[in-house]
Amino acid sequence: MTTAKISLRNISKRFGAVTVLDGVSLDISSGSVVSIVGPSGSGKSTLLRCINLLEHIDDGELLLDGNDVSIPGFDPNIVRRRIGMVFQSYNLFPHMSVLDNITLALRRVLGLSRVAAQDRARELLARFSLSDKELSFPDQMSGGQQQRAAIARAVAMEPEVLLLDEITSALDPELVGEVLDVVRELRTVGMTIVLATHEMAFARDSSDLVCVLDQGRIIESGTPAQIFGAPQQERTQQFLQRVINSGRL
Amino acid sequence: MTVEPLSRRQLFERAQRRKSTLIAAASTSLIVLLVVVLIPKMPRWDRVRQSFFNAERFKDSFPRLLHAFVLDIKIFAWSVPFIVVLALLVAITRNSRSPALFPLRAFAIAYTDIMRGVPVLLWIYLIGFGVPGLGMDRPWNSPLLWGSVALVLTYAAYVAEVFRAGIDGVHESQRAAARSLGLSNMQSLRFVVLPQAIRKVIPPLMNDLVSLQKDVALVSLIGPVEILRQAGIDKSKFANFTPYLAAAAIFLLLTIPLTRTTDWLIERERRRTSGTRVR
Repeated sequence: MTTAKISLRNISKRFGAVTVLDGVSLDISSGSVVSIVGPSGSGKSTLLRCINLLEHIDDGELLLDGNDVSIPGFDPNIVRRRIGMVFQSYNLFPHMSVLDNITLALRRVLGLSRVAAQDRARELLARFSLSDKELSFPDQMSGGQQQRAAIARAVAMEPEVLLLDEITSALDPELVGEVLDVVRELRTVGMTIVLATHEMAFARDSSDLVCVLDQGRIIESGTPAQIFGAPQQERTQQFLQRVINSGRL
Repeated sequence: MTVEPLSRRQLFERAQRRKSTLIAAASTSLIVLLVVVLIPKMPRWDRVRQSFFNAERFKDSFPRLLHAFVLDIKIFAWSVPFIVVLALLVAITRNSRSPALFPLRAFAIAYTDIMRGVPVLLWIYLIGFGVPGLGMDRPWNSPLLWGSVALVLTYAAYVAEVFRAGIDGVHESQRAAARSLGLSNMQSLRFVVLPQAIRKVIPPLMNDLVSLQKDVALVSLIGPVEILRQAGIDKSKFANFTPYLAAAAIFLLLTIPLTRTTDWLIERERRRTSGTRVR
């Protein structure tokens, strides 16, 4: 058996008395797209933040290429250099142009020269149709443009895994498509992607594995055909029914 | 050329503009009238004019005061860098999260509480007279030096609170984004958090610096002859208060351009980085 790119073993996370993640286990193989779906507050974002070590993991193990990176004292920067993340509200740095947003970590973390960093940034901006925006500041751009720039910033680091945390939730409906197109493109070039999402159609059509998270547990996981075609768990069925009733699938 | 007839909206807006211009003009004239006509009618106006608005005394004192003011500017100029650096260190320490830094955090809190809790003037007396009293050799016994140190220590406490508010005002998600890119804690602070924090606090920061520019004059109370002291000397020599007025004018010559320039810089930065403005 080949080792998974990322393995979550029984991961638990509590905020005070509230248990947000309750023994989550999940294997993510290289080059796959994994969608985490589930009701609001089920722990999707926290799960992604744990994978990037932005949250302290209370229990369990996080393996990256078979090595436990969740042991205390392990330098989280090494993990984050290999795992990129994109956030719901873009989180671009508002005091920097788009170009500087992308080159900052290239220069300070990867040690690229200014010229090399800018070359790589421009390449990505062209790929994501943002070439005319390199000198724009985030507040001068639409939500869709900002989110594409944020994806470019994460992808520029050439991560082995990309975590996408509800990246279309803050967007106007007509801007969702342009951002999802970028994600589809990343999938075709073999990027390993874990996304928390409310875009059920996207999860159904563009992922290899769908995990249903409810109250901090993965209650069901499988191929999109299994989850959307023949859900086994009652709560999965209820969740999907609510999604369908609200017209989102 | 044909003149487009004004729409109803344009007519209404023109009427509104005229109305506000009229109100502004009327209220301004009323205030000017009160000041120019009523004050000279006060019973002892003539004596006040003699002792505060004496043109001859003004002309005589002004160059001397301007010369003395150079010392104020010097104290200000060498204090500001120390204040900013010390204040940043204190603010960063107070915002640190590592449990190991608890003693430093506690010290930073005690420092800001104590320095801000005592009047600046009292610190200038305590440090300015106290430390030279230890009997160190020149130049380490200069009241000018220790007066400046007192200013630096007190103002750093005020400015640290301004910086701390700025750092707190940068949303946690910015730090999350920086850390997710692999930037270290210090790098996130330096490249992401602090630049935004400092931009946010420039107006209150300038407020503190304008205050400092005035409080520099307090150092005169432990010896150095700067503008306030020189004005006092001139006042006593000629039994006339006009030098104080001249000193006030000199302070304004510096502080007003300073504040106007800051506002202009802030506005320019805002225009550069933000989208459209709501009305």
